[in-house]
Amino acid sequence: MDNWRGWDKISYQSDLDPRFAEEIASIPGGDKLFACIQCGTCSGMCPLSSYMDVTPRQIIAMIRAGFKGDVLSSYTTWLCASCYTCSVECPKQIKITDIMYAAKRLAIREGVYPKKFPIPVLASEFFSAVEKNGRSSEGRLIMKFVMKTNPLNMFKQAGLGLKLFRTGRFSIKRESVERVGELNSMMKFLEMEHMIKKASDAVGVKEDHK
Amino acid sequence: MKYLYYPGCSLKSTGRAYEESALAVTEALGMRMDELEDWNCCGATNYMSISELKSFALSGRNLSLANRQANNTESVSLVAPCAACYLGLTKAKRYIEEYPEIRSKVDGALNAAGLEYRDHVRVRHLLDVLVNDFDQRSITERVKVKLAGMKVACYYGCQIVRPYSEFDDQHNPTSMERLFKSLGMDVVDWPLKTRCCGGTLTGTVSEVGQRLSYILLREATRRGANVIVTACPLCQFNLECYQSEMSKRFNDSVHIPVTYFTQLMGLALGIPRKKLGLHRLFVPIPDGVESPAAGGAHVLA
Repeated sequence: MDNWRGWDKISYQSDLDPRFAEEIASIPGGDKLFACIQCGTCSGMCPLSSYMDVTPRQIIAMIRAGFKGDVLSSYTTWLCASCYTCSVECPKQIKITDIMYAAKRLAIREGVYPKKFPIPVLASEFFSAVEKNGRSSEGRLIMKFVMKTNPLNMFKQAGLGLKLFRTGRFSIKRESVERVGELNSMMKFLEMEHMIKKASDAVGVKEDHK
Repeated sequence: MKYLYYPGCSLKSTGRAYEESALAVTEALGMRMDELEDWNCCGATNYMSISELKSFALSGRNLSLANRQANNTESVSLVAPCAACYLGLTKAKRYIEEYPEIRSKVDGALNAAGLEYRDHVRVRHLLDVLVNDFDQRSITERVKVKLAGMKVACYYGCQIVRPYSEFDDQHNPTSMERLFKSLGMDVVDWPLKTRCCGGTLTGTVSEVGQRLSYILLREATRRGANVIVTACPLCQFNLECYQSEMSKRFNDSVHIPVTYFTQLMGLALGIPRKKLGLHRLFVPIPDGVESPAAGGAHVLA
């Protein structure tokens, strides 16, 4: 019993973020989050829950209670492979997969994940390639990903790479749309919109404090 | 009905054989399917982890280009053979059309690029088109080759039936089974056909991801399958390309061909192996399984 350290798991109310649930629920259709009855169907159906540190059901409860830090630093949201089984089976139609995405986006934005942790690295590399060229070049993406996470894997995966190369399935050609300008104008527009919203939200927060 | 082809990134590289076989099969059925001009990434899975709105805008551009290429006709289908692209485009279409605040931002972004979003472009998976737009008997009549002893396990994976299921039963889809029966092949009953293959986890957290793929392969083999057909480039990659790694990791001998459904379909239609990209498989379909069967007589009999 001496090594029971359960008190390490205790969070105090002052550690909680009362705005966290609202933040997650702001995704389209996200307010269904508050209808959760904690039945556990999501955890029971999830093909990955046995590998997670907290179950999907617990994630929903933690979001509602405001455990922002614990949710964003959990392994669970990263392990979600977006198979949508939970979303389909949820008796309250909660878009659990989309909530997992929302948590991933927040964690990436706030940098709350281990450095070189492969999943956000892959997401970021994919995103920046598409942002730049409008398409992802799989061969380049795989090489960049391996270099940035675990370069030694380059040797471990050499056999697979060679087989792909031999069967003509590996190419380092840079894929791109022709009219990159069109995409740039679209993305610039969305970034401007986002900045305007952020600025007006910031003003709103200040007024709250008065 | 006008069809436009949306390849997506994988069908131009690791999934080249899917493009080759999809184009060969549609050509053999006399279906015209031009490639979407200057298409961009669908904004699927990985992209969604960074920005949801930008991912919808990316799909918005593809849908807008499809409308323009079809000269604004009412009945145009944008056909995606990749399950992730199919869902990426479908999800974006639904969100753009259901949520006015998303619509106005996507409209704004498209207008800034001189483009315009129109509702009527349909997003369809290639499987849906081949099973539901063609009379299955007419497909049987085109069968030229009998594939002896092939026991097919049909793998749907996640994103064709979840979260939306626009053309098949969500829990027990049967489109591929019906198609392969029309082609004269035996299919095996395999309840794991919509269970997740691990997605990108096979590469990022491989001990977990590959376990998911391994479960599927093991069950399919135990149920008597000697070939698995897929309708998604990532599923195909996971189930096929990691087999030697899985054999070591799980101390088992994993060895079963995993093809795109269009490759095995094309073989039955008498299309040469090379044209179907079958030479790109790591685990080949054994030589000599083909025997002539003009007009699918063995199926109709």
